[in-house]
Amino acid sequence: MYLLYILVGILLLGAAVGPVLYWDKGRRSLVLAIRSLWLHKMRAFLSVLGIIIGTGAVITLMAFGEGSMQEALDAIRKLGATNIIVRSVKPPENSATAGRSRVAIYGLTQDDYDHFAVLQQGGTITRMVPMRIFPQEMRRLHLMFTGRAVGTTAAYAEINDIPLALGRFLRPEDEENHENVAVLGSRVAQGLFPFEDPLGKTLKLGQSEWVVIGVLKSRTPVGDTGGSMAEDYNNDVYIPLTTCNEHFGSVITYRQAGSFQREQVQLSQVTLTVSDIDKVRTTGELIKSILSRHYRDDTAVSVPLDKLEHAEAEKRRFLGLLAMIAGISLVVGGIGIMNIMLATVTERTREIGIRRALGAKRRDITMQFLIEAVVQTSLGGLLGTLFGLFFAFVVPPAAEWLWGWHLPAQVTALPIFLALIVAVVVGVGFGLYPAYRAAMLDPIEALRHE
Amino acid sequence: MADIVRIIDLVKIYYLESVEVQALRGVSLSVEEGDFVALMGPSGSGKSTLLNQLGCLDRPTSGQYFLGDEDVSEMDDDQLSEIRSKYLGFIFQSYNLLPQYTVVENIEVPLLYQGIKLNAQTREWCIHLATMVGLGDRLDHRPMQLSGGQQQRVAIARALVNDPHVILADEPTGNLDSRTSDEIMERLQQLNDMGKTIIMVTHENDIAAWAKRVIRMRDGHIESDERNHHRTIGTKLAKIDGTAGNGFALRPAGL
Repeated sequence: MYLLYILVGILLLGAAVGPVLYWDKGRRSLVLAIRSLWLHKMRAFLSVLGIIIGTGAVITLMAFGEGSMQEALDAIRKLGATNIIVRSVKPPENSATAGRSRVAIYGLTQDDYDHFAVLQQGGTITRMVPMRIFPQEMRRLHLMFTGRAVGTTAAYAEINDIPLALGRFLRPEDEENHENVAVLGSRVAQGLFPFEDPLGKTLKLGQSEWVVIGVLKSRTPVGDTGGSMAEDYNNDVYIPLTTCNEHFGSVITYRQAGSFQREQVQLSQVTLTVSDIDKVRTTGELIKSILSRHYRDDTAVSVPLDKLEHAEAEKRRFLGLLAMIAGISLVVGGIGIMNIMLATVTERTREIGIRRALGAKRRDITMQFLIEAVVQTSLGGLLGTLFGLFFAFVVPPAAEWLWGWHLPAQVTALPIFLALIVAVVVGVGFGLYPAYRAAMLDPIEALRHE
Repeated sequence: MADIVRIIDLVKIYYLESVEVQALRGVSLSVEEGDFVALMGPSGSGKSTLLNQLGCLDRPTSGQYFLGDEDVSEMDDDQLSEIRSKYLGFIFQSYNLLPQYTVVENIEVPLLYQGIKLNAQTREWCIHLATMVGLGDRLDHRPMQLSGGQQQRVAIARALVNDPHVILADEPTGNLDSRTSDEIMERLQQLNDMGKTIIMVTHENDIAAWAKRVIRMRDGHIESDERNHHRTIGTKLAKIDGTAGNGFALRPAGL
């Protein structure tokens, strides 16, 4: 993206400067323009001050805007704006299937997961985290704790904030080697290992022994991006999904309100991470269509659409604001240039007369003043860009240091490119009329001008 | 000798705030190649208007103007600009050098507008001309750093750079003291001796005395047209071979 901007910039600059330099008269005009401006440094500077401030403001404000936008987007991303969460949902009790069978079979299957994996091969999905969550009693010696067993993969740590207190989280090898290892939530660790270091000790989940490899810090319960109720993660025990399936089988039995319930759920939840924020919605639709072959509502796909739309609206509003700033700086700067150029034409009427007498054509005079205007605005634009960049880089740390303000700034290529283009366009646009006025002067009148 | 300038029944009418001003009322004039003409007359007589017409700075209301073989009275603005850059040299009362440029660069200007690519050769030619007018040691000076006489000498060199058919001088000594005036007139005479055609507007009789031919104007007409016999004879005695006695050439080599 950057490269494209730079390439287009160089091409445009080449297209503008190339012929001027190649053309002998053009080169002379360029040198003359720079020299005339140098003759009146202060005036030239003041006349392009509008352009300097304009472009500088656009670049600095864009950098601040982009910085805070990026920060906001990052925050959303952390919450999972690029995530699609697919959950298994138990269908209503009175449905025909549940009545006939003793075991409630529903939800995501390994087969669904393999279908999603096709998308991952295509590159749309960068990460898939399967989870099998079920209530489980945990024991150690005489102690017992009722929590949730979460069979998952190492990638779980990438989409969730996992603050480790001790040891480590699950690793891919644990899964491959079907290790009996567990990472404990903070309350589980407290309940089962009240007076000792749990690392390396074992606990019992169901009928099997598991070695503790890590303990998490206390996590505040958060509402998930799907909009579900807040989940308390502190009662969780994380175990490798492969080992989990081997030890617990496919049917989970648990007591609820005095009766046993048996459920067969292969995967409780799959969290998919999409490569690009723009592809989230279409991918969501795709996932829904894949799951539609279940022919019943035993899954729920939640796409954090609201937040995405919010972010997009923010971005649009911001672009509108930028266009306004650019427009204002264009007009203000342009008027300044035109004003000074008109004064310059009057002041240099005699010079125009001399040149005309010595054989300059009208278009030579037009070119001369136009080039002068464009040189002025281009230099102004360049200077403004430098100022803008300077402020964008200097102000945030200064503000942080002086007042403790957090002012993120991120410089992107687009506004720089835009500002320079605008500066050149302003030069041509507002330089044209004074240049035309200069060219239309009567040579005799111009020569007589004092 | 061939007529380098020929105007036939030239009329110029201005409109100043809807008042008709007849500046030239049918002037006919021929100037031979190598002549040195002084145009004289009181202000408002039309001498400046005539010079502007001769200098292709303006188009006549009616009448014809042949410069060399070309009828320039029907040309458009761009064509006139080209005629000025190729065939005419101007010397003004107030020198009219470009303040941003050095001496050499000022001399180069007419070549620039001719569309000639400026290179080492043209630069050499400009330096040659600057040296000829005695400013070889001030090539990189700017007009502000020169005296009036020196500035006018730069203007003379500039008027020569395109090897013009005619040099038009508008009161070339008007801003100079008498000693410097003589110096400038000597240079003009020297050019004339080398074969350059000069048409000069002046209102001073002792300046007009340098010319070979004096034309007096009044109310848009030519009142009198006389030869300065002592000057004419002087020229006949001078050898016209395109180089001045000091070895300076007046034509650019290979340009």
